[in-house]
Amino acid sequence: MKDQSRLPRLSRVAVCGGTHGNELSGVYLVRELLKVKKKKKKEEEDEDGGAMSVLLVLSNPRAMQQCLRYIDTDLNRCFTHACLIGPTLDKTPYEMRRARELNAMLGPKGSAGAMDLICDLHNTTANMGLSLITYSDHDWICMHIFRHLQRQIPDTPVRYIHYDVTSKESYSLDSVGKHGFAMEVGPQPHGVVRSNIYTTMKSGVQYMLDWVHFFNSGVIFDGGFMDVFTVVKHIDYPRDGETHNITAAIHPQLQDRDFCLLRPGDPLFQTFSGETLRYTGSEPLYPFFINESAYYEKGIALCLARKRRVKIPSVRVQTEEEERQNEQRYTSEEEE
Amino acid sequence: MSSFSSCQSVREARRVAIFGGTHGNELSGVTLVHLWMKNGTEIQRRGVETRPFITNPRAVEKCSRYVDTDLNRAFTPENLSAPADGQLPYEVLRAQEINRMFGPKGSPDAYDVIFDLHNTTSNMGCTLILESSKDHFNLQMINYIQKALAPASCLVLLNEHPLLKYSTARSVAKHPVGLEVGPQPQGVLRSNIFESMREILKHALDFIELFNEGVEFPPCSVPVFRVSERVDYPRDANGNIMAMVHPNLQDCDWEPLNPGDPMFQTFDGKTIRYQGSGTIYPTFINEAAYYEKQQAFVATRRETLSANAVRKA
Repeated sequence: MKDQSRLPRLSRVAVCGGTHGNELSGVYLVRELLKVKKKKKKEEEDEDGGAMSVLLVLSNPRAMQQCLRYIDTDLNRCFTHACLIGPTLDKTPYEMRRARELNAMLGPKGSAGAMDLICDLHNTTANMGLSLITYSDHDWICMHIFRHLQRQIPDTPVRYIHYDVTSKESYSLDSVGKHGFAMEVGPQPHGVVRSNIYTTMKSGVQYMLDWVHFFNSGVIFDGGFMDVFTVVKHIDYPRDGETHNITAAIHPQLQDRDFCLLRPGDPLFQTFSGETLRYTGSEPLYPFFINESAYYEKGIALCLARKRRVKIPSVRVQTEEEERQNEQRYTSEEEE
Repeated sequence: MSSFSSCQSVREARRVAIFGGTHGNELSGVTLVHLWMKNGTEIQRRGVETRPFITNPRAVEKCSRYVDTDLNRAFTPENLSAPADGQLPYEVLRAQEINRMFGPKGSPDAYDVIFDLHNTTSNMGCTLILESSKDHFNLQMINYIQKALAPASCLVLLNEHPLLKYSTARSVAKHPVGLEVGPQPQGVLRSNIFESMREILKHALDFIELFNEGVEFPPCSVPVFRVSERVDYPRDANGNIMAMVHPNLQDCDWEPLNPGDPMFQTFDGKTIRYQGSGTIYPTFINEAAYYEKQQAFVATRRETLSANAVRKA
C-alpha cells in the first residue's frame, strides 16, 4: 500500500443523536450542542467560515418524545439501498419515512452530495466503553479518528468494530455519509443518562471534531498499526421451544467481560436450574454487545469478533489541485 | 414505662402470592414467576399455598413498563371502585381483576402475603419495601431474611409518607412486601440479580413456614430508611432536564448526602450542590422509570423500628 493517503477535505460533518429514542447520552449531547450553537450565532455576527460545517441532527424525534427505541421499526436498520428507494405509502412505517427524509438531508447515500462524515451517537447496556462501529477496515479517515480518540481518552477503553457488509447492504444511519461510524458508549441502561457516560461521549465528539479540523488544515497524521475487531457471528439465548422465552442468562463469568477473549469451553450461559452452558465454537473469539437489552428481540445474546492488527497509512488532506483531479475522475466513474 | 412487650398474635399466613411483571420490563420477577408457574417445587412450603402470578401480561409481552398507565400506582380506591366499562385504561381494569382475585383490599378474604418483584436501574442492591411501620409480622420476616442473608446485605425502605405513598399491586394483601433488586437495566436479565432475588424469596418462604408451624419470634430491632421527600432533576422553563445526577452521587444509594455535597452536574459541567438543612440518605438514584415521575432520587432518613414478638394465633 501507499505510505501516505491523500484524501478529500471533510467539509460537511453530521453529528446525530436519538436514532434510538431511549439512548439518552446522544439525545442530551445533541440538544446541548444545538444550544451552544444557537448562543454562538447570537454572539458572533459572522459564522467563522472555517473548513468545516457541523450539522446537528435529532434522528428520531417521535421515539425520543416517548423515550422508546423506536415507534414502528428500528430506524437504524432502515438505510439499506432497498429500504431507501422503496415507495412511500400510507402504511409505510414511521421510521422508513424518516430514514428517507434523513437520506435526503444527509445523503443521498452513495452520491457526491452526501455528508463527508456522519457520527451517529448510541448507548448500550453492554460494558463496551467507547466503541466506533463501521463497515470498513480500510476507511483511513474513520481509523485515524479512532486512533486519535484512543490516545486522547486514556481512562476509557476505545475500540474499533468492523461489520464486513457491502455498501448496498449496510443498514445504519452512518452508512449514508461518505465516511461514517456509530459512536457506541456503555454501559448505560436505556432511558437513563449517566454523567460519566455523557462526559465520555462529549469528549469523543469533541476530539473527533478536533481531528477533522486538524486534518482539513493540512496536518499529516502518521501511519501505524491498530487493532480491528471484525464481526464473525452472534449467539442467541437458549429458548423454550413453545414460548420462545429465554431459558438461561449470560453466565456471571461472562457478564460485563466485553472484549475479553472467549475460548472454547468457557462459560456462556447459566440456566435457571443452575447449569453452565459453554462456548462450543472451535475458534477463540472476542465477545461484545454482551447482554444488550435491545438485542433480546433480535435473537442476540452476544456478538463475536476476530481481532487483527491492521496497518494504516499516514493521511493528509488533498490539495485543491488534487481535489479537482479527483472530482473529474469521480464524475467520469458515475457516467460509466 | 413498660419493660416488656407482649407477644403479638397474628393469623396464620396460609395464602401467599408472588407477583412478577407488575412492570413488564423488570425481568427478574417475570423470569422467576414464569419458572415457578411451570414448576413450583422450589416455592412450596408445608402449610402454605404459594401462588406465582404475572400481574401485567400485556406489558410483559411488549417488554414495556406498562401499556396505558403504571399498574403499581393503579390500586387507588377510586380505580378499584370505578364502573368497569370499555373506557378504563388497561391497567385499571387489571387492578380491579387483581383486587378480585387476591383481595378485596382491606377485607378478611384478602391474601395474607404478597411479594411483588421489581428491578431498578439504581444501585440499590437488595431492598425490601414496607408500607407500614406497624406491621410486626412483616418486620419479623424482614429481620429473619436479613439474618439469613448476612453478611450479604438487604436494606429496608419504608414508605409511609402520606403524600408520597402510592397504591401498589401488593397493597391488596394484609402483609404487602416489595422486593427491589438492582442495578439492572430494563429489558435485561442479569444472572447475579436474578439469583439474589431468588434467594430473598427462599428465606421469606422459610420464615412463613416456620411461623405457621407455631415458632415464636422474639422482639427485635429493624433499621429502616424512611422516605422523606422526592427530589427532581433541575429543569428549564420547558420542563426539560438541565442536569444529570453528579458523578459523586451516581451509584451511591443509601450513602449520606450532606449539605454542600455535589448533587447534580449540568450538561456544560457545572456542579449543583445539595442545599438542605440536614443529612439525607438518597435512594432510587437515577431510576429510568422515574424521569417521567419527576424524581432524580428519593431522600430518606434513618430510623430504627421495634418489632414486637409475634406468634401464630
